[in-house]
Amino acid sequence: MKVMLLAFLTAAVIAVGADFALHRAGFSSQDITSGPAVRLD
Amino acid sequence: MTLRSLLAVLAALMCLASPVMGQSDDTRAATGGAQTLEDILARQRGEDVDDAFRRDAIGDPASAAGIADQLGTLGGVSDPELWRSLRYGDANISVTSRTPAAGVIIQDGGMAWLSFREGPLAHYGGYMLLGVIAAIALFYLIRGRIRIEGERSGATITRFNAVERFGHWLMAGSFVVLAITGLVLLFGRIALIPLFGKDAFAPLAAAGKWAHNNLSWAFMAGLAIVIVVWIAHNLPNRHDLVWLAKGGGLFSKGVHPPARKFNAGQKIIFWSVVVFGLSISLSGLSLLFPFELPMFAKTFAILNGTGLPQLLGFGELPTVLGPHQEMQLAQLWHSIVAFLFIAIIIAHIYLGSIGMEGAFDAVASGEVDVQWAKEHHSLWYEEVTGEAPDHAPAAPAE
Repeated sequence: MKVMLLAFLTAAVIAVGADFALHRAGFSSQDITSGPAVRLD
Repeated sequence: MTLRSLLAVLAALMCLASPVMGQSDDTRAATGGAQTLEDILARQRGEDVDDAFRRDAIGDPASAAGIADQLGTLGGVSDPELWRSLRYGDANISVTSRTPAAGVIIQDGGMAWLSFREGPLAHYGGYMLLGVIAAIALFYLIRGRIRIEGERSGATITRFNAVERFGHWLMAGSFVVLAITGLVLLFGRIALIPLFGKDAFAPLAAAGKWAHNNLSWAFMAGLAIVIVVWIAHNLPNRHDLVWLAKGGGLFSKGVHPPARKFNAGQKIIFWSVVVFGLSISLSGLSLLFPFELPMFAKTFAILNGTGLPQLLGFGELPTVLGPHQEMQLAQLWHSIVAFLFIAIIIAHIYLGSIGMEGAFDAVASGEVDVQWAKEHHSLWYEEVTGEAPDHAPAAPAE
């Protein structure tokens, strides 16, 4: 069962890491499809 | 082939009646060549209306009046003709945005996509999942739990090592969340908002979207591990035919076709996971990076090359697709594969847990009872221990 829990924990870590990394890489549609002249927030 | 026609093909694949071809009305004298009431009604009935009379009526700059003549400044294109050319993607436009879909001013595939998504896709997909659950419940009522027929030995044998179990659970854990959040996103407007309102659904949808997007990477990592560690054990062999011929011992007690590490049923699960997993990952990546990874036009070109679509009566599939059409098809394909994937995994989860005594141990602790191994994977037991099992075992797919 430890391996199962470790895998679930890893999945969560990957998810948070992916979110962080993709946003750092300018992944969001806001970053891709708009410019500084567009106010979205 | 238009997107609408392609959706009709998808509908046919899902055992649906294709939309009836509508009668185009050639007598448009009363409307001066514009669409008629019959055209509008036919479209509302979901029939395929030949819209060439509008699509092709986009003016003719070559025959424009001189610039100083009457209407000369229009350049041979009236306002309705200009809008039609925008509507059907024929306008020669220039945009400052460099994003892939920025050049599409008007796209009309959205309603066909939405109708298919909320109609046949959601309904037949939902019915299929309910049908699978009902079939499993019926199977459980008739067959009951598949027990270990002999006495538990108390001794165990290692069935799956830590890497195998880690890959399995990395994929399985993320898959369950992906499946639930995917269904929440698909059925949100149809089922969940009427149930508990938009205010409650909004955070659920936002969280679901976040989890769905980001857990996809864990799923793909788990899929890669599972393929690497198990593919060699899942190559077909002659024992699979015997196993299949005897129904794997699923339907009767005391029937024990021999099996190696994986029986034919498990191999079907494995290859389904590989095919569906890779396909859903590719369409998922296409959705995750909108307009960046269009895949369908290229896939259709390859399929056309095989001659398969033509052979099946679908004709040539379109090899030129707009950016939005690519996204719409990716979303629909993603959902269709997801429904099939979920249906198979529901059966897998059942047989790997309450459906079969001792099966869950294999992926929980990795250790299975020796008696279980002898009954369900006799050839594998013999390979690992060097001992011939005392009686020939059987194993339904876990």
